[in-house]
Order: sequence, then C-alpha cells, then structure tokens
Amino acid sequence: MMGYEIQFILPAILISFFATSAIVIDAILLKNKSVGFYYSIIGLIITIIAAVFSLYKTNVALIPAHHSDRLITKGMLVFSGYAAFFDILFCVAGILTILASKQYLKREYKEINEYYSLILLSIAGMMIIGHANNLLVLFIGIELMSISFYILSGFFRTNARSVEAALKYFLLGAFATGFLLYGMALIYGATGNIDINKATFFMTTVVKAPLILSIGVGLLIIGLSFKVAAFPFHQWAPDVYHGAPTVVAGFMSTAGKAAALLAMVIVIRPLIPQDIEKHELNQIFNGDTIRLIIALISAATMLIGNISALVQKNVKRMLAYSSVAHAGYLLMGIVANNPKGWDGIAFYAVAYMFMQIGAFVIISLLERNNEANLDISDYAGLSRTHPILAATMGIFMFSLTGIPPFAGFIGKYYLFASVIESGYVWLAIIAVIASLISLYFYIGLVISMYFKEPGEKLQETEKGLSYVTLGIASVALIIFGVFPSYIINLSHQCFNLFLF
Amino acid sequence: MAPLFITLFLPLAGSLFLLLLNKDKPKLIKYTAFGFSFVTFVVSLFLLYFFNQNNPNFQLVFEAVWIPSIDAGFRIGLDGMSLLLLLLTTFISTITILSSFGAIEKREKEYYAMILLLQFAMTGVFLALDLLLFFVFWELILIPMYFIIGIWGGKDRIYAAVKFFIFTAVGSLFMLVAIVWLGYYTGTYIIHNSAGFTTNFFVLKSALSNHPIPIEVQRWLFIAFALSFCIKVPVFPLHTWLPDAHTEAPTPGSVVLAGVLLKMGTYGLVRFNLELFPQASIEFAPYIGVLAVIGIIYGALVSMVQTDVKRLVAFSSVSHLGFVVLGIFSMTIEGLQGAIIQMVNHGLTTGMLFLCVGMIYERRHSRDIAEFGGLARVMPAFTVFFGIAMLGSVGLPGLNGFIGEYLTLFGAFKSPVLGSQWYTIVSATGVIFAAIYLLWMFQRVMFGTITNHKNENLKDLNKREWATLIPIVILIVWIGVHPNSFLKISENSTKALVNKLELVKSGNQKNIKVKVSQVKHYSVNKNK
Repeated sequence: MMGYEIQFILPAILISFFATSAIVIDAILLKNKSVGFYYSIIGLIITIIAAVFSLYKTNVALIPAHHSDRLITKGMLVFSGYAAFFDILFCVAGILTILASKQYLKREYKEINEYYSLILLSIAGMMIIGHANNLLVLFIGIELMSISFYILSGFFRTNARSVEAALKYFLLGAFATGFLLYGMALIYGATGNIDINKATFFMTTVVKAPLILSIGVGLLIIGLSFKVAAFPFHQWAPDVYHGAPTVVAGFMSTAGKAAALLAMVIVIRPLIPQDIEKHELNQIFNGDTIRLIIALISAATMLIGNISALVQKNVKRMLAYSSVAHAGYLLMGIVANNPKGWDGIAFYAVAYMFMQIGAFVIISLLERNNEANLDISDYAGLSRTHPILAATMGIFMFSLTGIPPFAGFIGKYYLFASVIESGYVWLAIIAVIASLISLYFYIGLVISMYFKEPGEKLQETEKGLSYVTLGIASVALIIFGVFPSYIINLSHQCFNLFLF
Repeated sequence: MAPLFITLFLPLAGSLFLLLLNKDKPKLIKYTAFGFSFVTFVVSLFLLYFFNQNNPNFQLVFEAVWIPSIDAGFRIGLDGMSLLLLLLTTFISTITILSSFGAIEKREKEYYAMILLLQFAMTGVFLALDLLLFFVFWELILIPMYFIIGIWGGKDRIYAAVKFFIFTAVGSLFMLVAIVWLGYYTGTYIIHNSAGFTTNFFVLKSALSNHPIPIEVQRWLFIAFALSFCIKVPVFPLHTWLPDAHTEAPTPGSVVLAGVLLKMGTYGLVRFNLELFPQASIEFAPYIGVLAVIGIIYGALVSMVQTDVKRLVAFSSVSHLGFVVLGIFSMTIEGLQGAIIQMVNHGLTTGMLFLCVGMIYERRHSRDIAEFGGLARVMPAFTVFFGIAMLGSVGLPGLNGFIGEYLTLFGAFKSPVLGSQWYTIVSATGVIFAAIYLLWMFQRVMFGTITNHKNENLKDLNKREWATLIPIVILIVWIGVHPNSFLKISENSTKALVNKLELVKSGNQKNIKVKVSQVKHYSVNKNK
C-alpha cells in the first residue's frame, strides 16, 4: 500500500518542494537573475516526469479499482487518473508560461525571482485541487492557487492597472471564498461529512434532503462559478486579465480556469446522474436540476462571453472576454457527465491551454509600456512586419474559433458529441451559435493582421525564449488537431484505469 | 491505392515545400507550384484506369484508424460521381495555377502555397468517406480561400472575404451538430458498437437504409445538412455571398471558386442528403425544386442588368447551378446524370468565362461593359475562345452546356418526386434568358466599332494564355459531341442511388412507421 501511495502523491510533493525552495534559493543567490528561472523549469520537468511515472509505470493490477481503496493520507487525498492527467497539464502550462516570462519580465524591468516561485505555488494549489477528496483540502487548494494569483496579477506594482486588477481580484475573490466556505459548512451540517465522496453519496441517496443541503450546494456552485468565471460571476475576469501582466493573464485564464473547473468536476460530477434516466428519489434535491442549472450557466457563459468580446477594441480584453466563453464550452462536459464529456474536457483543456497561452504570449511580445500596441488596429499588417508572429497568431485564432484541422475543433467536437449524447441538443445548438459569434472577432484579428497595410507603430521584437513557447503551442495545436488520438487515448486510459 | 494517395497528398506536399523556397524567386515558385499541380493531374488520370465503371460501389477504398474512441477513421474512396469531380478538381487547379502567373503579382510564395492547400482540401472533400473527415476537409477550404480573397482580391476584398467566411461557417456548424447527432444515434441505437458513435459513411449508409431515422428527426437533419450545402451551391435565397466573393476574388480565385468550390455543395446534396435522408429528401424535393427554379430565373434576370462582366458571370452561376439542384432533386437517372455532367460543365465553361474576363482585366484594369466594344477587331483569337465559352454556357447544341441542361430538364419533366411539369417549363425559359444576357454582353463587349480609344492597342493572347484555354475548349467540345464518355463513368453509381430512392418512395410509408416503433423500442431498452 505504502509504495504507490508515495508514488501517487509524489508530483504534488515535488512541486511544493520546488515552490518553497525556490524562495530560499533566491534569497541565497540574490545576484543571479536567472537562477529562479532555471530552477523552476527543472522543477516542473521533474514533476511532469513524476506525474507521467505515476500514470504509466504503476503496476495496474496492484491498483485497487474501488475509489475508497485509492484514498491516500487517511482519506484527505485520492489518486485518480484524471487528476494525474491534469497534473501534467498544469506543469506544461507552467513551463510554457515561464519560458515566455523571462523575456517579458526583463523588458518590463520586473525580473524578480519570487515570480517563479509564485507560479509554482499556484501549480501546487491546482494539483491539490485535483487530488482532493475532502472539502477542506479542496478549499486549501483553491485558496493556495487564488492567493498566488492575487499576487501575480498585481506583480507590476507600479502600474496602476496591475494594482487595480489585483485589488479587484482579491476583494471579489475573498467574497466568493466566503460563499464557497459557507456552502461547504452547510453541506457538512446537512450530511455530517466533510469527505467529498461520502457527502455526495449521502446527497444522492438520501430520501428527504434538508433545505440547507440544497442551499449549501447552491452556494458551492456560486463559489466555484466565480473561480471558473462563469456567468453571472464572470465580471471580474476581463478587468483582471486586462490589468494583470500579460503572460500571467494567459496562465490564469488557462491553468487557473482548468483547475477551478476540475474542482467543479470533483464536487458536482457525483451529483449528476450518469445515465439519462431520472433520479426520483427525492424531491428537493435532484441531480437533474443541478444538471439543468449547470447547462443554463454554460449556455449563458458562452453567449455572454462571446457577445461581450464582440465589441472589444483591445486585444487583451477581447481574449479575456472570450476566455469566459471557453469556460462555458468546458462546462458542457460537466453537463454531459459521460465518457465523451470527460474526454472532451480533458482534450479541450489541453487545446485551450496551448492556444490561449500562445495568444497571450504574442500580445506580450508586441505590447509596450503604457498600454501601447494593444488595439486590434495596432495589429494591422502584422503579417508583413512579423510574419512568424502573425502566422502563429492566425493558428491560435482559427483554433480558438474551432476550425479544423486545429486542436480546438476536435475538443469542441467531443463536447458537442457528449452533450448530444446526454440529450442536451439545445445546449449544442447554443454552443454552435456562440462559436459563430466568436468567429467574427477572432477573424477580425486575422483580417487586421493579414489584409490591412502595416501602420508605423510596431517596433521590432527581439527573438527570445518566448518563441519557444509559440513554437511548442502552434506545433502542438496542429499535431493534436490532426492526430487527436494521442490525448484522447491518454485521457481515456486515465478514466478506464482509475475512474475518479 | 497509390494514385489516390498521390492525388490527395501531393498538393499538400507541394504547399509545404513552397514554404521552404526563397520568396524573392517568384519564377521558381510559380513553376514549382505548377509542377506539383500538373503531376497531380497526370496521376489522377491513372485513376480512370484503376476505376471499374461497371461497379456501382465505392472503389479504391482505403481505411485507417484515426480516432477509435468515436469511430472516426481516415476513410477515402471513389465512386463515379466523385471520380468525375476529382478529375475536374485536379484539372481546374492546374489551369488555375497557370492562369495565376499573370494575375498574381505580390506575395507569390504564400499565394501558391494557399492554392495548393486549397487543392488538397478540395480533393479531400470529394474523397472522404467519413463524416468527420469530410467536415475537416470542408472547413479546411475556408482558410485558404479566405486568404486568397482577402489578400489578393479587389477593392472590397475584406468585406467579401468575411462574408464568404461567415456564410459558409454558419451553415457548416449546424451541419456539425447534425453529424454528431447522426453519429451518436447510429452508433448507440442501430449498430451498438463499442464507441456508441460512428461517422463511418459505409456503416451509416447501410444502417440507415435498414433502419431509417424517424421522419420527424430526419427532417431536421436534412435541413441542417442542406443548409450548409445550399449555402455553398448557392441556392436562392442563400446566394448573396457569391457575387461579392466572385467580384472581389482575383481571377484564379474566381476560377477555382466557380470551377470546384460550388460543386462541393451539390456533391454534398447527392452524397449525404439523398443517401442518408431519402425520406426527408423526397418530402423536401418539391420545395427545393421551387427554390432551384427561382434561382434559375432570378439569376438570369439579375445577370441581365449587370454592368460588370465578372458580376454578370457570377450571377449566371446562380442560374446554372439551379439546373444542377433541380436535376438532383428530380431523383431520376436522367436528372442526376444531367446534374453531375452539368457540375463538370459549369466548372469548365464558367471557369473559362472567368479566365477570359480576367484576361481583359489584366489588359485594361476594368470590367465595366460600357468601357469596351469592338474588341473582336484587336483580339481575334481571344474572341473565338470567349465565344466558345459563352456559347457553351448558353447551351448551344454541340457544346457541353446543352447536354447538362437538356438532361436535367428532361429528368425534372418525368420526375415523379417533383410531380409537376411546371418545373421544367419555367426553368426552360432560363435557357432563353441565358442566351439573351450572355449574347447581349458578348455583343456589347466584342462587336461593333471601337468606341473607347484605350482599347485600340490591346494585345491578343500570349502563349501561356493559349495553353490555359485550349485544354478547356477541347473538353467543352468533347463533352458536347460525345457526352457518353463522361456520363458512363458515373452511370452505375447513379443508377444504384436512384433505385434505392425509388424503393424508398414506392410504398415505404408503412415501412417507415414500423421502423419508428422499432427505434422507440431501442431507446426504451437503452433507458432501462
């Protein structure tokens, strides 16, 4: 038992170790600006290896199939294939972000090594979310991630917008945390359990659920919706992503969103019936009601996010609003709650990570102090002045729209398939309409880059590690778009072997 | 197998290879692109040799695993109709690249890479026998075509490019939902495979002919597919993107748009709507027939008042493709065969008309009819070619257009599905209108005295232009004189399709009801 217990939790242990030791190392080697950078990259690579190892090299026969037998650390954490999959995703997102950060921070004269340890800390929080089997552990994970994000978004402390973003994020985030914690408390009060598995089991089997349980679940959904930036709790997202350092915004809107969504999956998934048949066990607490609520949130999030993005002139803000919509697409997978839906969430999260981080990195390369070069019109003629940036941005935009052969398309295809399978055809149709709306502004950027003549504003950008991020992201989008089976098989394996 | 693979992937290889070349050597880029396209065309001719015309089934089929968990595969293959359209694609693409030598003067490298990518996607559309694969190729068309219109187009190119993109995407996304629904339904309720999902065309075809989808659902699926295809064709009233796209696209873009892209819509109607939703197709045929007839007349009338030659030809496409759609929904052998040959015809004649318009435009930088007059005096060779294309489009017996229009009108006349002779009677007036607007345009542009002194010194065709036009003329005359050498390629697959449709039509009302109850039975089982 003990052997693989360590193995399962090793990625989270490693990342926590690297995150905390990065601060110490920085304190010792104060002069060297690069040490934090290399240290965190190496740390993330080691963590990825550990995560992959926990997935592949484990003797499958030894792993107990039943959920309760896979609990580790006395039921606080659980090993699930899904969490291991997302561990890898968070680390890859971290590597892409850190690679792009060095150049960006240097240009903004904010090359401070705490930055890297904050990124690692937030990843540690995300991993804890993924492995949580206890509402309090889940809460700790969410808070660890969120607090790191509060600091990261205000990292440019002399920039008013950055500070504004941090303050806004912190105040609203603290408010949402209140909802979350209150919901958890009510659930504990109603079920007498703080173990997610037992609490949800109680909820789905109890014949007459008390009202406070429904209120508790409702508050929990509100709190998590805030973290995912789902309608109607999405208002903070555009301001925060706009004000935060650009690279950080890319990281927050992908890995952060995926982690918050994972929290939602963990808590809400067991409440939603897997098959289409109705649960008629109790009247107050009904799994199909929750499914419907999530479906409505998903639909509204997609539409509102994309409609708001439609009128944005600022590229960063446009991507911020559209990232709200992408959370809506991902929520479809929870609504469906079937194998295709889980594959869809996993695949779309991967694709979305590559395209969104890539797009934000391009913005970070082109933007200049004092908010310059952020308008769509500033991108005019980019294909002439920066052909590589324009081509990769084109790939990201087409992928975000969901045009084949890029990975974004396959992710959407899976999510559509999953909701149709669960009987929510109307949600698929709304998602299609939302995609059509998004077409307009994503393509608008391509128009600006390719069809307009260049203005005079854009200066040269120096080549650097950011281009590595762009290369990885665009190649991954094409490869996973043409041969999606790599990811699909991996996520499938994660489910078949250790289903949650 | 090898020729099929080469035909599909050589253009893609060419497109990637071009990216490696130095952009300051436009000549090298041009000839490389032409080389890739020409070799592809030659290889595609070998398919005629491997293809057995007596076999109505799909041939040269290749299947490979792609995404097993949703049973999507890389499945390609040919039947008579797709072979004809495939050959049209490789032929028109080669001609297009040849015609681009004069028309494209900036950013050659990107341009030729885009054209070859477009050729790859178009070939894929006609070969794909998996709905997801088909959709991927179908959407892949958008990207190169969007850039071709948007970068190398005329004055309002951005407007036209966006309109083209949005119109096409609107249709195709609803088709995507329908594909997913179809895949889920077939996989879960009919064939019960492990994925619970399939987009395999063979499986769908046999499963749905044994267990038709309940007609209430079939209607919606039919609409979702037909919307996408009808936008592409385009069928009235979804045609408004076409004149803009044609007018603003560079000449080669227009040629490939008219020559191949529009055929993808009509191809999809035959391949997917008629095959997979026969009951709904029979039900909707009269309505789509009416739209087709309106398109024929409307396109002709609007062509008549155009002052821009290119716009005139663009609207004539709406009219000509109306015949194709009418032929398809007549659901008779004559109508479908006529539709298929008319697809090829339209690709050749309209493509050639656009080429001719482009040649004038390159010389004068104007397409306004009023600017011209008496060109026959200075450009005698050009006049002959333009005349042949124009007469082919009008439908002069002995040239290709006549065969297609005659067969489609005949098919519509005897069609039991359309059920009225008025379709033919009204559409036949479209032929007369075509004669009026095309001959009138020709007369105003080519004959008379030279009124505009700028036209006095126009040069006649050069060698490259001769080489572009002569192959098309040969085919135009060949189809006109001996259509059977083309018709018989698709004859057997068309017969099989029509037999199936007749079977569905003749007394299957009762049968459908049985199937509905069976399906309900399935779903009840599933829910338990």
